Amino acid sequence: MLGVILAAVVVGCVGIFIGFFLGIAGDKLAVEVDEKEEAILGVLPGNNCGGCGYAGCSGLAAAIAKGEAPINQCPVGGDPVANQIGDIMGIKAEAGSKKVAFVHCAGSADVAKNKYEYSGIEDCSAMAYVPGAGPKTCKYGCLGYGSCVKACPFDAIHIVDGVAKVDREACKACGKCIAACPKKLIDLVPYDAQYIVKCTSKDKGKVVMDSCGAGCIGCGLCQKNCEHDAIHMVDNIASIDYDKCTHCGLCATKCPKKIIKMIYET
Amino acid sequence: MKELLLIAVGSAIVNNVVLSQFLGICPFLGVSKKTETAAGMGGAVIFVITLSSFVTAVIYKFILANTYLLNKGIDLTYLKTIVYILVIACLVQFVEMFLKKKMPPLYESLGVFLPLITTNCAVLGVALTNVTKEYGILESVVNGLATAIGFFIAIVIMAGIREKIEYNDIPKTFQGTAIVLITAALMSIAFMGFSGMI
Repeated sequence: MLGVILAAVVVGCVGIFIGFFLGIAGDKLAVEVDEKEEAILGVLPGNNCGGCGYAGCSGLAAAIAKGEAPINQCPVGGDPVANQIGDIMGIKAEAGSKKVAFVHCAGSADVAKNKYEYSGIEDCSAMAYVPGAGPKTCKYGCLGYGSCVKACPFDAIHIVDGVAKVDREACKACGKCIAACPKKLIDLVPYDAQYIVKCTSKDKGKVVMDSCGAGCIGCGLCQKNCEHDAIHMVDNIASIDYDKCTHCGLCATKCPKKIIKMIYET
Repeated sequence: MKELLLIAVGSAIVNNVVLSQFLGICPFLGVSKKTETAAGMGGAVIFVITLSSFVTAVIYKFILANTYLLNKGIDLTYLKTIVYILVIACLVQFVEMFLKKKMPPLYESLGVFLPLITTNCAVLGVALTNVTKEYGILESVVNGLATAIGFFIAIVIMAGIREKIEYNDIPKTFQGTAIVLITAALMSIAFMGFSGMI
């Protein structure tokens, strides 16, 4: 009988001890949650897309509440959300420049040449295992197997004619597609940018000519003609400085391969 | 020293907790999709098992298998399972609170895996093995640490293989959990190669 009572006492005591221990520990180790943080989290879109650079919306909310991140850090919510967060934090929201993702490749099925016919897994990352890193002759071009399409949480990027194309209105600039693209073809451009280079090939002119009908041959005409020092040749490929670009369109008219295009035409 | 080393190698590799004792299968299958998360889970398990084997060994030695009570003819060792479950659940809770307060970066990186460990039977398994093998406190801690390292090795290897399997052309019948279980079985057979080493 004593054994039974003692057993009950031991288990009971362990239970009571654990209860007290956790109670006290919970009190001592309580982490204060900022009221502002909760409020900001309520305003944020809640997609947890990671476009802000934090692990999720809660991470950004914590950073904004501590003042480590600007109130317009959320690329998805844009200005409306920034204003609401501004009200919570008591700071006036500055208008952030809106950005959209852009696929720098114009090598659609009709202009880009293929080395061979491919049939297999429809995934761009899988192309790393395929001879020549994919069927396209151009080793820089869009593979068109839609890794970015799968990555997009907003259904804003689609494969059109074998090349990924961003829906400018639906794009929230979260950057998921940028991370998903093994060819690093996608980057964020200002929403109000007018002219854009639709190629990323670093190959020399002849190689580009042989592989794709819509590739930058690195002739440098755009750089020579630009009056505003806004376009430069880096590694055989033209790149536009969107801050300096005045949207005059001279580069687009001079480009012999017509790969500098107005963004609306693309 | 030599004995501790033998315990360590024995529980980490030869009697691997997942692959030859079949404990902790749930997180082994559930959290082994990516190497990073698998390593996170493994890290959390190493932390908790080492701590819990120390605490349970102390409780066993000084409360349940108390020499004073044993001399009086009262044997409380049969309470070990229920007491250990209480202690482990409490410990995981406490570790979570402690990390949240004192080491936020570690807490963030372990994330959901910490509370998940409560349901990892390997933790209770190690505590009970320590009793059946009549290990002392130091031996229990070494055994716990080594077992957890064994879990870490198994789950990280599994995650690496599963990442590769993603790109393989698997017959429809075997897709998903089926191929994972077959992989686990093959790994288990491979680890049987270590048996007889100690």
